[in-house]
Amino acid sequence: MREEEIVLSMGPQHPSTHGVLRLILRVAGEEVLSVEPEIGYLHRGFEKLGEASSYIGYTPIVDRQDYLTSASNEFAFCLAAERIAGIEVPKRAQYLRVIAAELNRIASHLVWLGTWCLDLGGALGGGTTIYMYCFRERERILDLLEEWTGARLLYGILQPGGIRYDLPRGFHEKAKESLELVLSRIDEYHDFLSGNPVFVERTRGVGVASAELCKALGLSGPIIRGAGIPFDVRKAMPYSSYEDFDFTIPTGKDGDCYDRYVVRMEEMRQAIRITMQALEGLPEGPINPRPHYRSPVAFRPPKGEAISCVESPRGMICAYIVSDGTERPYRVRWRTPSFAAVQAMRYIAPGHKVADMVSILGSLDPVLGDVDR
Amino acid sequence: MGIWAEERGAKMGIDDRRYSGLFADIADFIEGWPGGSLITTTADKLFSWARKSSLWPLTFGLACCAIEMMATFASRFDLDRFGVILRASPRQSDVMIIAGTVTEKMALPIVRLYEQMAEPKWVISMGSCANTGGVFRDLYPVVPGVDKIIPVDIYVPGCPPTPEALMEGILALQRKVMEGR
Repeated sequence: MREEEIVLSMGPQHPSTHGVLRLILRVAGEEVLSVEPEIGYLHRGFEKLGEASSYIGYTPIVDRQDYLTSASNEFAFCLAAERIAGIEVPKRAQYLRVIAAELNRIASHLVWLGTWCLDLGGALGGGTTIYMYCFRERERILDLLEEWTGARLLYGILQPGGIRYDLPRGFHEKAKESLELVLSRIDEYHDFLSGNPVFVERTRGVGVASAELCKALGLSGPIIRGAGIPFDVRKAMPYSSYEDFDFTIPTGKDGDCYDRYVVRMEEMRQAIRITMQALEGLPEGPINPRPHYRSPVAFRPPKGEAISCVESPRGMICAYIVSDGTERPYRVRWRTPSFAAVQAMRYIAPGHKVADMVSILGSLDPVLGDVDR
Repeated sequence: MGIWAEERGAKMGIDDRRYSGLFADIADFIEGWPGGSLITTTADKLFSWARKSSLWPLTFGLACCAIEMMATFASRFDLDRFGVILRASPRQSDVMIIAGTVTEKMALPIVRLYEQMAEPKWVISMGSCANTGGVFRDLYPVVPGVDKIIPVDIYVPGCPPTPEALMEGILALQRKVMEGR
């Protein structure tokens, strides 16, 4: 250890760590020499809980794992359970699942943009400006989901086999109005941020994750797309009728914070496009293979195992289930995108200043419930 | 940990009493006067009113409830109008909102943060996990309720509580502070 080096602990209580992450920084002056993320402050034992609960009862609990995008967690779990049981999901339920997941993606990215700009702080008018705007638009999306599911954050709307509730009356008109508003506001954020010289200075060339590094670490989602690899589970392995919709995968070039920002902004637009298409082409029919499927012991898949992957706002989230023929899974295993994203800090953060740590960590967008599980 | 906290607490001038020693001495002196107790009770009310009108919580999110807490501070619900402004340092804050599941690994930092806060201080437990452990109650890493490690003043139910519920909790805490408890 050189004489002027000190070890700095960032977190677990830090306004910019997005939860309870601890970063152990080794710094010389303002320059960061190495970063060691310490995780596990929110380890709640989801996989163990899966062995103790029934399939129907576990589905709402997995919402709490990646709590910004609860529909994606349920999505992965339900797809795996259905694959074991060999259930064909009705077309209308598939479309409704897509609508729930894509609305959730918009809400999640809005929280990311707001909190990230809050971290970047003083350069952006105290930082709270963008935060307040993003949460204003997020409330519009949450109003839609609250009307549909009855909850603002954790919905519990999917269940193995289909979806619990159909759309309420008048949802189409309200959704179109809200989504068009959000679409126009995304342009407003671009006006605020993309041309702002301070913002560009703090994000261009900062935290470069090259394509090779992304592949080596198993990164996914906007991080790998920001590095120029057009990998998206929705296109690569289409599930739940995603092949019906017309959307593009935005990619960046350099893999720095700015590219990840551009990718996520474009993803919000694509999510709005997908939701609009799904609402317009919503087929008629049942939303569950069996009309009354509410009893917790009613779902008993045969012996077997299955894995399913979906694209959450943070990347590829996979659920692996081993079934022993009872109403409870024998083993549940989760592969979560934020876990891979946090370890990238070790490789992309050294060499930058201490003040850049929050901008790099924010651009990776980890959710600590997703990291620790 | 207890000894560590006691040593650090003594150095930072933190003690368990609601008022500092000097303040208590002055209050005792005034109460000795004829009609002096009238002055001290009026002063108490004034202090309580000032405290309840500027409750500053610590920026401290643990899990899902933290997102709803952030939403409560953001545009639609806007807690600033109750004089509730987030502070990032425990030294400057009066209220700690425990928003999320408390795990055993996180229990020690929470106790440490609580001890770093200056008196008088209050704790709001937000959501089922902080109240009782919620659905994770029986799992190995989870503390079944934050009241097992620090004293709690207000419990807000829900999983997660809506912003309206958290606002009701903060208003209940304001009533409690005004009553001087």
